[in-house]
Amino acid sequence: MESNISDKTKWGLAAVSIPIMIWTIIPILWIVATSLKSDAALADPSKNMFGNFWPKSPSLDNYRLILTGGASELFNPALLNSIIICLVATFIAVLLATFCAYAISRLDFPGKRLILTTALAVSFFPVIAMVTPLFNLWRQIGLFDTKIGLIIPYLSLTVPLSIWTLSAFFQQIPWEMEQAAQVDGATSWQAFRKVIAPLAAPGVFTTAIIAFFTAWNDFVFAVNLTSSNNARTVPAALAFFTGASQFTQPTGAICAAAVIVTIPVVILVLLFQRRIVAGLTSGAVKG
Amino acid sequence: MSSIELKNIVKKYGDGFPAVNDVSLDIADGEFMILVGPSGCGKSTLLRMVVGLEDITSGDLLINGKRVNDLAPRDRNLSMVFQNYALYPHLTVFENIAFPLRLAKGKHSDDEIRSKVNDAANMLELKDHLERKPANLSGGQRQRVAMGRAIVRDAEAFLFDEPLSNLDAKLRGQMRTEIARMQRRLGVTTIYVTHDQTEAMTLGDRVAVLKKGVLQQVASPRELYEQPVNLFVAGFIGSPPMNFLPARVDGSTLKLPFCEVPVGGPLAEKLRGLDIVIVGLRPEYIKDASVADVPNGVHFSAVVDQTEWLGNEQYAYIPYEADHAVQSKLDELDRDLDGEGMRTQMIVNLDSRSRILEGDEAQFAFDPAMMHVFNPETGENLTRDDEKAAQIARDSEQQRKAALERARAREAQGADRSAGDRSAADGSAADGEARAS
Ligand SMILES: Nc1ncnc2c1ncn2[C@@H]1O[C@H](COP(=O)(O)OP(=O)(O)O)[C@@H](O)[C@H]1O
Ligand SMILES: [Mg+2]
Repeated sequence: MESNISDKTKWGLAAVSIPIMIWTIIPILWIVATSLKSDAALADPSKNMFGNFWPKSPSLDNYRLILTGGASELFNPALLNSIIICLVATFIAVLLATFCAYAISRLDFPGKRLILTTALAVSFFPVIAMVTPLFNLWRQIGLFDTKIGLIIPYLSLTVPLSIWTLSAFFQQIPWEMEQAAQVDGATSWQAFRKVIAPLAAPGVFTTAIIAFFTAWNDFVFAVNLTSSNNARTVPAALAFFTGASQFTQPTGAICAAAVIVTIPVVILVLLFQRRIVAGLTSGAVKG
Repeated sequence: MSSIELKNIVKKYGDGFPAVNDVSLDIADGEFMILVGPSGCGKSTLLRMVVGLEDITSGDLLINGKRVNDLAPRDRNLSMVFQNYALYPHLTVFENIAFPLRLAKGKHSDDEIRSKVNDAANMLELKDHLERKPANLSGGQRQRVAMGRAIVRDAEAFLFDEPLSNLDAKLRGQMRTEIARMQRRLGVTTIYVTHDQTEAMTLGDRVAVLKKGVLQQVASPRELYEQPVNLFVAGFIGSPPMNFLPARVDGSTLKLPFCEVPVGGPLAEKLRGLDIVIVGLRPEYIKDASVADVPNGVHFSAVVDQTEWLGNEQYAYIPYEADHAVQSKLDELDRDLDGEGMRTQMIVNLDSRSRILEGDEAQFAFDPAMMHVFNPETGENLTRDDEKAAQIARDSEQQRKAALERARAREAQGADRSAGDRSAADGSAADGEARAS
């Protein structure tokens, strides 16, 4: 593949991608820089260099504040909640979507189109419109401020998304692969488990990561369907941070928290980067 | 080992068009059966019905006399090589071949699996590649892995769906002999699908010719070649293909574009009532009269438009004007045979000693006994000799049985010897290799 790309195209792509990278990386660097500023530096540009960008004497005070200091009662349980809720939601979503997408891409059944379009329509539905009815319903049936009460709405976000991504992946796997397994003596389930699932693994990882981020980044559900440390996730908890005094904004602490919640995302992507690269199916057919 | 019987098999896909129409076929135990026909004629569909990947619309499929229409593929115990191999890309070559064995839970111990896979790999010369992934293999190696996966277990029959069509010409020739040798050695019933008439002629004990889902003729390669039942079979079998010339019937003479042929006997009977027929002449039956002597031959002269010299033989092309009355029939035949709608020309397969040059007017001769005459309406071969055909069929069946016996005896002998004396067995295996190559 790479060898097909001429040098000219390569430079062209680089020229386009560098501005995009700068565009996306500057806000992140800014957050990192802000999280390293002390309260004094936040208020006084002369304590910073590069025009108020980077603190002359970076401090880890903000991190201390949220991990062990005053804000830790708020932040640490929220971090734990975020991890549990998002992992569970991702796991269920990917599991359900795998079976669903497999059926959609392999079987010819009435209503196939309908399922796909419904899934798409659901993901277009504005989140804010669902929150109020859910808030009332959850209070009635006792799901308000529970982890399950957040997992369920997250599933409604992540399942449709996962179905779409995964059915695209399944459609790329040659059907003959599965037929060969059946001829070799496999049941449908064995063919799925031993041949299709391993081939779909890169797709499943990609989908899982997308689903995880979707849940991880949610603010609207988290802030409205929780009221305590029971289930409050990090994005919601950030809103409840307070400054050192009534008159200081908790900007530094919020930035430090934002940096911390970005770390798992970065780790995930680095870890699964190789698995995400498709092309595992090459060599299955004549090539 | 087993016999396979197809009884009035029909396959209709969703649109109601019969992709396979009323096909009946008996495949004997240990027989190598070829399904051949132009692409789209329903060969793959038929094979996939046998293996169980496609439902049978109507008719019965019997394996060893037992009806298996409703059995799932895994319960039919047939193994199949797919056209594009369908190897498992996430498994090594070893695991690919071992896959069917591992699925038969509890049937084979790990040691057994290892020895069976190694045997298959040895036979297919894959020993050095067992730990590699399919993506890193060449086309020919992938093809052999697919075959290894098929032969590793004791399947009732092997099914091949155009296994060589993705290989280049040289490799195809090698693999063809390899498959023939392997089938004889294992003596397993085999159904082999191809659109290539060379593969059909060289591999099969018997060949079934299909056209648009309808079975045309099932016979040994020699019978197909010498006694085709109709225009389609005659045109499909043979390379370069049979020449089809329009001929007017005038009493007891046939008027061909270049010459007149007197006819007598039963053929004259059959020609009564027909104005026009199609005469089929294989390129090699037309001789250069100056170097070959054809007793009782019909002689004619024609202008050669083009010659091709290939060393061991040469082809001469002689254009002619076709009769309008049969042109549409010939065009239709051409389309059925996946032809290119080329202009009408006669091909002559000349002796390589022949010194005919392009543009020459040359003398040719052919033996009218070698000529086929077809009814232009029905395509039926009027010169087919059923008695001779039956004789050829008997001979081929005898040859097949003898070859199978020989192969089995050799196998038994090899097994005996390898039990007693390893080195002797190795020697005989090496013999076999040398003879085949
Ligand atoms: N899944 C299918 N649905 C509908 N028609 C099909 C399907 N598979 C094959 N056909 C049709 O059946 C006919 C025979 O196809 P096939 O068996 O693949 O031919 P071959 O293998 O001889 O080239 C073709 O006309 C093809 O269009
Ligand atoms: Mg086919």
